[in-house]
Amino acid sequence: MEIVVASSVGVLTAGGIYLMLRLRAFPVILGLALLSYAVNVFLFSSGRLAIDMPPILNKYGEASYTDPLPQALVLTAIVISFGMTAVLVMVALGSYIDCEDDRVDMPGGLDGDTGKDDGQ
Amino acid sequence: MSDGASLLPIIAILPFLGALVPGLMIRAGRTACATFTAIPTILALTMLIVLAPSVMRGEVLQAEIAWLPQLGLSAAFFLDGLGLLFAGMILGVGLLITLYARFYLSGEDPMGQFYTYLLLFQGAMLGIVLSDNILLLLIFWELTSLSSFLLIGYWKHLPEGRQGARMALAVTGGGGLAMIGGMLILGHIVGSYNLTDILTQGEAIRASEWYLPALILILLGAFTKSAQFPFHFWLPHAMAAPTPVSAYLHSATMVKAGVFLMARMWPALAGTEAWFYIVTTTGLITMVLGALIALFKDDLKALLAFSTVSHLGLLTMLLGMGTKLAAVVAVFHIINHLTFKAALFMTAGIIDHETHTRDIKRLGGLRHLMPVTFVIGTVGALSMAGIPLFNGFLSKEMMLEEAAHTVWAGSVWAVPVLATLGALLSVAYSLRFIAHVFLGPVRDDYPAKPHDPPFGMWAAPALLVAMVVVIGVLPAAVVGPLVAVAGGAVIGGGEMPYYSLKIWHGVTPALYMSGIAVAGGLLLLALHRVLDRIWLAVPRPEAKVIFDALVSWVAALSRRITESAHNGAVSRYLAILTVATVALGYVAWRGSGLSAPTRAPLPVPPVVAVGWVLLIVATISVVTMHRSRFRALVLIGVIGLMISAGFVYLSAPDLALTQISVETVTIMLLLLALHFLPKTTPRESGAGLRLRDAAIAVAAGGAVAGLAYAFMLRDTSSISDYHLANSYEGGGGTNVVNVILVDFRGYDTYGEIIVLGIAGLIIFALVETLLTGPAARRLRNADLSRNISRDRHPLMMVVATRVMMPIAVMVGVYIFLRGHNQPGGGFVAGLVISIALLMQYMASGFAWTQARKRIEYHAMIGWGVVIAGLTGAAAWLAGAPFLTSAFGYIHLPPIEEFELASAMAFDLGVFLTVLGAVMLMLFSLSRLARHAGESVNIEPMDYDPSKRVETAEGGDR
Repeated sequence: MEIVVASSVGVLTAGGIYLMLRLRAFPVILGLALLSYAVNVFLFSSGRLAIDMPPILNKYGEASYTDPLPQALVLTAIVISFGMTAVLVMVALGSYIDCEDDRVDMPGGLDGDTGKDDGQ
Repeated sequence: MSDGASLLPIIAILPFLGALVPGLMIRAGRTACATFTAIPTILALTMLIVLAPSVMRGEVLQAEIAWLPQLGLSAAFFLDGLGLLFAGMILGVGLLITLYARFYLSGEDPMGQFYTYLLLFQGAMLGIVLSDNILLLLIFWELTSLSSFLLIGYWKHLPEGRQGARMALAVTGGGGLAMIGGMLILGHIVGSYNLTDILTQGEAIRASEWYLPALILILLGAFTKSAQFPFHFWLPHAMAAPTPVSAYLHSATMVKAGVFLMARMWPALAGTEAWFYIVTTTGLITMVLGALIALFKDDLKALLAFSTVSHLGLLTMLLGMGTKLAAVVAVFHIINHLTFKAALFMTAGIIDHETHTRDIKRLGGLRHLMPVTFVIGTVGALSMAGIPLFNGFLSKEMMLEEAAHTVWAGSVWAVPVLATLGALLSVAYSLRFIAHVFLGPVRDDYPAKPHDPPFGMWAAPALLVAMVVVIGVLPAAVVGPLVAVAGGAVIGGGEMPYYSLKIWHGVTPALYMSGIAVAGGLLLLALHRVLDRIWLAVPRPEAKVIFDALVSWVAALSRRITESAHNGAVSRYLAILTVATVALGYVAWRGSGLSAPTRAPLPVPPVVAVGWVLLIVATISVVTMHRSRFRALVLIGVIGLMISAGFVYLSAPDLALTQISVETVTIMLLLLALHFLPKTTPRESGAGLRLRDAAIAVAAGGAVAGLAYAFMLRDTSSISDYHLANSYEGGGGTNVVNVILVDFRGYDTYGEIIVLGIAGLIIFALVETLLTGPAARRLRNADLSRNISRDRHPLMMVVATRVMMPIAVMVGVYIFLRGHNQPGGGFVAGLVISIALLMQYMASGFAWTQARKRIEYHAMIGWGVVIAGLTGAAAWLAGAPFLTSAFGYIHLPPIEEFELASAMAFDLGVFLTVLGAVMLMLFSLSRLARHAGESVNIEPMDYDPSKRVETAEGGDR
């Protein structure tokens, strides 16, 4: 089972990073989405894997439970990463509408700013 | 801490508090502004005088306010003889400068600003001399660099002022950076950052192998500040400042800070060969070079500036000699130099103010036109030359006496000869100041008609030259005790060397050297015309040109580095970041290796294998087909579903619920965005580039997979047992994940919902800006008709979503209520309800749904955060810390016993914020669509069967 989760995390990371290195905003956003899946599953797996042991306390007897803490952390991480994806989408959309271009790299580098010194 | 010592922090803070006042008081007039600037200075001076008697008795006052004792950081102040001398100089001269500047500054100069800068600078200087903690001292040290930058560049319209200020900041600030390193080493050697501790550990410091690096770094700081060769060049350029600034910075304060530091550190650092050769040699070179250049400067202030450089060299040389007597002489000369140099700077300012020029070649004969100024200037200059009856003579004699006994690298002649040469040049330029400005015939070509200034302007220099004479005649009575106590502080206690402050010491080597100096000085003055011509004809390196070239070279270099590393290509940064991270991980792995696994792997049932295959295929397909954006989105949905299923299987029901609902919302969001974006991604990178990216991606993925696999097979200790044990008893819930969210780590959750709320508001604000900017026009003209279905609001979907709405809301409420004990809670409930609402937007149209909306989404975010916050704050009423929860069980007859917990109110806040934020995000996106010309439907469906006859004519509305 561990190999299944680990390989999934690996494939998701690889796919995410490949897309993140593309030159247009949309694949970069897709890449980040894949990467956040990978990160969330990775964090979740840091609590070790357990089957049929949900962290819901059994009032009527002893039972063993999986680690609840990574789950709580990942739960908020999922929601926050949605918020961040939304902001990113909006920024990408805004820049596309503004410039009619969704390239992520600045064309021609940073040569706009030559910062002439005063009086010299 | 004694009662008196508690005044020390107040003295240190007063100028900073006072700095707030002038800016306000300038509205009340210039005199009021100057008066209110003087008040904090006078207050601080009064307190200092209150403390003075006990310091003069030899006590050391200490006051400490602990801040971060673990790091050795505290606001610690102490006052001993040296501190008293410098604090008195800083405040006393500060007061005189305040008075002088009131008359010097013209009506166009922003006086409030000037006094604010002045007080800031005064506070920084005061902090240096009162600090007991060297880290605190460093902060004040850098503050003097910053505030002197403001003062030197005060006349912003003058390019020389700006350049001079920048040069001063670069040189002194750079030296300050070096000093930070030195001080940290020093603190490391001693094990304490307290100056009083460091000063007692001189032996250990000098024996340490780190002594030399610390010494060099600290001296770099002191030499740059005190304008020692080869860093002397900034000081003359700082003369572009208004004269009150020059008089303050370059006689009593800024440049003396370096000398102060050397004197302060004298017990800890002095006495070694390294100290002697570095400090004495630098001082000697600076003294002679400064005096030589001063002789040939035609600008009055430049002459005084180089003279200051020369006298600072003299002080440095004295401190470098390492004998106790030399250190005491240095203290005495500090006092004398202050009095005559401040007076001379003010004189130069008066001459500039009245004649509108500082060029010596355009002056002369002023003794008849400005008699008062003549007297002041002459007394000051004679003292600077070291003529008997003036105080400069006394300390110069003592310096020459010391120099006569100093052996430099086996040579008995080197130091005495060079010291005499320095004194000789000093006589020459001092007498030139008198002869070429005041003596000679009255001219008729002054730029303005000279006359003496008002009393307020000459009062301050007159007081100073009065002191010059009084000290010169009665040294032992006037400053004897102060020299003794300050000198004692410099040499770090112990026996005072024998010395006597008097005019006539008998026929000593120093007297001969003085005689040679005066005679030679007169000769040089007589030959000045000839020498000046030779000086001008000989080529000399110009420091400013070298400095500017160096600065532009460094600037070009850093620009080249920045542009090659930071060229605007985001994908490149990300590639570098990824490769670097993988490399670091590899290094860490190679470094420590892995222990043996402690857990047995779990089996893989066939159904999981199927899910895994789906996930992998979907991921690979997203990557290979990402150019077709719509298809990639659908595949992303598959991945999300598989991950949710994985969470279900691996005992994480809460995560599964959250993942699946977030998945839905994310896909909707991306679909809405894709509406405006191109539907395909062009192929831009070549095969090589794609291969490179694939290699990076595979390396990173493999590394992460290996890490995750290694991690999962090993046990580590965790704090989760605590949560499992206390969830029910402490938090009142059986769903441990939810109890952690709303109770154990409620503060985290509180922060996270605020972040989510902010994200929603950011999106709203972005859309608002887009719709009011030039992009709005482009949006209106965009042709998006291709993307719009002709049957926009299909009957089936409208009916289905309407029917589902109450059910979905009920599911949401149910998930919310059970959250504390069963999988669910505020996050999931908020997402479920927002999906229910979004379905209405999608099926029945934006306007139709919007018309039925009662609550603003902004308000919902606000209320959510407020409710969560108030729930947390309610714990205060019970005397418990923020977000402590309470719970109880209630039994109402018709229904089962149920629980009421304060955590539920908190969860309600979470629910409202999540709902508000998600809705605000998608609502903002759909506003764009409205703007892009999407029409509004009045009926829930575009096509209403019951009105078929009526609408047949009108068609699509």
